[in-house]
Amino acid sequence: MSVLNLIIKREFIAKVRNKSFIVMTFISPLIFVGIAFLIGYLSNIRSEVKHIGVHDESGLFVNSFKNTESYQYKDITHIPKNVINDSVLAKHWEGVLYIPKLDDLKDFETDVEYISEDSPSLGFVSQVERVMSTQLTKMNWAAQGIDTLKIESSRINVDLNLVKSSGEETVKGLNEIKIALGAGFGYMIMMFIIIYGNMVMRSVIEEKTSRIIEIIISSVKPFQLMMGKIIGTTLAGILQFAIWAIVGGILFVLAQSFLGLNTSTLSQTAEIAQQSPNALVGIKMYVQEIMSLPLLSMLMYFIIYFIGGYFLYSSIYAAIGAAVDNETDTQQFMFPVIMPLMLAVYVGFFTVINEPHGTVATIFSFIPFTSPIVMLMRIPFGVPVYQIILSILILFGTFIGMVWFASKIYRIGILTYGRKPTWKELLKWLKY
Amino acid sequence: MHVENITKTYGQKTALQDVSLSIPKGSIYGLLGPNGAGKTSLIRIINQISYPDKGQIFLDGQPLQPHHIKDIGYMPEERGLYKSMKVGEQAVYLAQLKGMSKADAKKQLTAWFEKFGIMDWWDKKIQELSKGMAQKVQFIVTVLHQPKLLIFDEPFSGFDPVNANLIKDEILKLREQGSTIIFSTHRMESVEEMCDEIALINLSKKIIEGSLMEVKKQYRTFVYWVGVKTDREDELKQALQNYQINETTFKSLDNDWQFSVELGKKSPSELLQTLLAFGEVTHFSEQIPSVNEIFIKAVSQ
Repeated sequence: MSVLNLIIKREFIAKVRNKSFIVMTFISPLIFVGIAFLIGYLSNIRSEVKHIGVHDESGLFVNSFKNTESYQYKDITHIPKNVINDSVLAKHWEGVLYIPKLDDLKDFETDVEYISEDSPSLGFVSQVERVMSTQLTKMNWAAQGIDTLKIESSRINVDLNLVKSSGEETVKGLNEIKIALGAGFGYMIMMFIIIYGNMVMRSVIEEKTSRIIEIIISSVKPFQLMMGKIIGTTLAGILQFAIWAIVGGILFVLAQSFLGLNTSTLSQTAEIAQQSPNALVGIKMYVQEIMSLPLLSMLMYFIIYFIGGYFLYSSIYAAIGAAVDNETDTQQFMFPVIMPLMLAVYVGFFTVINEPHGTVATIFSFIPFTSPIVMLMRIPFGVPVYQIILSILILFGTFIGMVWFASKIYRIGILTYGRKPTWKELLKWLKY
Repeated sequence: MHVENITKTYGQKTALQDVSLSIPKGSIYGLLGPNGAGKTSLIRIINQISYPDKGQIFLDGQPLQPHHIKDIGYMPEERGLYKSMKVGEQAVYLAQLKGMSKADAKKQLTAWFEKFGIMDWWDKKIQELSKGMAQKVQFIVTVLHQPKLLIFDEPFSGFDPVNANLIKDEILKLREQGSTIIFSTHRMESVEEMCDEIALINLSKKIIEGSLMEVKKQYRTFVYWVGVKTDREDELKQALQNYQINETTFKSLDNDWQFSVELGKKSPSELLQTLLAFGEVTHFSEQIPSVNEIFIKAVSQ
């Protein structure tokens, strides 16, 4: 068996046998499912019904506000205006909409008040504004002798049919699915890099502090040891993810069948279908569209970017581990490592979502330190193959360069004890 | 093994400057020198942990190559094993890294563990063992793959006298089996006792090399310790006025006059004849320089 294989095997076994690995592997899916349930439960709780008083001196809006699950409106025009403030303070009402009697409809634009203790939600405010504006506009039309019916019948609503160049029809809102999918993959890569990169680093520090390093590298090349460590740890990580996927999947299926979540989603679907005959068709298209996304090739890209990104970062982590004597000394080096990862996630969430093929998103999907995350988020939106190939080439080229760079620091660092090196010193080590 | 003109610098600092050594096959070679002289740097270069800027190393006439690591066993001064790995597993792993097959490593390891009577340690973790016990494991790990060249850095530190003796006997046995042993230590009595050859490195340079005997001859002072029972001390002093005499004391069961004599150009028998004329000579021996004295003298020069 080659030396590299031996090291990979040892690292893998050492990681997998570790108690924290076992605990993490089997507890995490439980926590995950638990959180999912908690979120599901919380989102099902109806928020408290808010009572809104409407003091309408103009008498124009008595029946305009329709009660909803969250907001109940009550006409309180009979309550004198000077009492309103007190009754709001006394919590009889969440808030009171005060509509004065105005002669000119135009004045309603500025003279309506909403009185409340807590500031109202934006959704509520815009809802009220919309209801009133629509009604006032119609009244204005009537007052000025404009034929409302004609306006309504001449109104044209454009509803774009989204069609791909390949001729298939797509559904609006599908972007959200793509975003979720891309973001999920990108986020997973970031978490994995941080968790397992740290593991590589800790393992390097452990060898250094236990002083076994000198014995090992009198037998193998530092480069072999470093690569063995990185690969062994990756395999342990992949095993963990596989277990999570399987255990999580089983738990979810079990949970669904026990709690009948399945039927409730079905009934919701039915409700939507009843509301509009087209919705059912829409849902069918969603499902078809997800199925027609190149899931297999996305998975393949995920694995490629995952390997490239993880190797790139964990070689940096290994170099940092080699440079210091204990974990507390790693702090000063951690920030520059985590920063590009955070940046990638932010770029992914803010830029890729709005403009998946915009300049910023494209540039960041070529920079090797961010490309694994950003490109993965872009891929569901359809990225030209040449861009993907170029980005992968840059990633793997940088990875090779970084491994070379890291192994130089590693080689010197593992035999240097007792001082906390600065960035400048690390650069000097490259020349040894 | 030959070390030829090795130079190694770390940035501004020179660790080794043009150091050449020749280590005879089957000898125990003492590598001496004060702290920071460059011994560890040299040992690391022999182990191919680091590489020299200039110079070459030959093992059995061949330039040192990566495959030679399986012929070298190294026990560093700072001992280290994986703390949370089981003793047996760990030793087999390290032997495999040195190119042994798993089965062979297990067989050899069993033999060693039985010899030392420590078979019940096999499934223990290093962190459960005492320091001395871990040292023993470390020694076994170093020699397990039957290397031709063994390098021990302070091999006896951390051992009680009984175990130190046990290890010493094993090292001597390994030499008998044909291994060459490089010994780096500050314990001069073990150098005196075990080494055939020594080299002294100071301030990155080799200052002494040769067999223990030759080196001692080189530092010979021709000073003799003499004990005489005599009534005529003053007359004797008069007779020895051509010699450099210093009063001294050494352990003796007689009530004698003790002093050291520098022989100068005279022979020992001439001195002895002079002494015999004045009384009974109870003690007459050459003061052979100890390695310790040579070390201090050479380094402080």
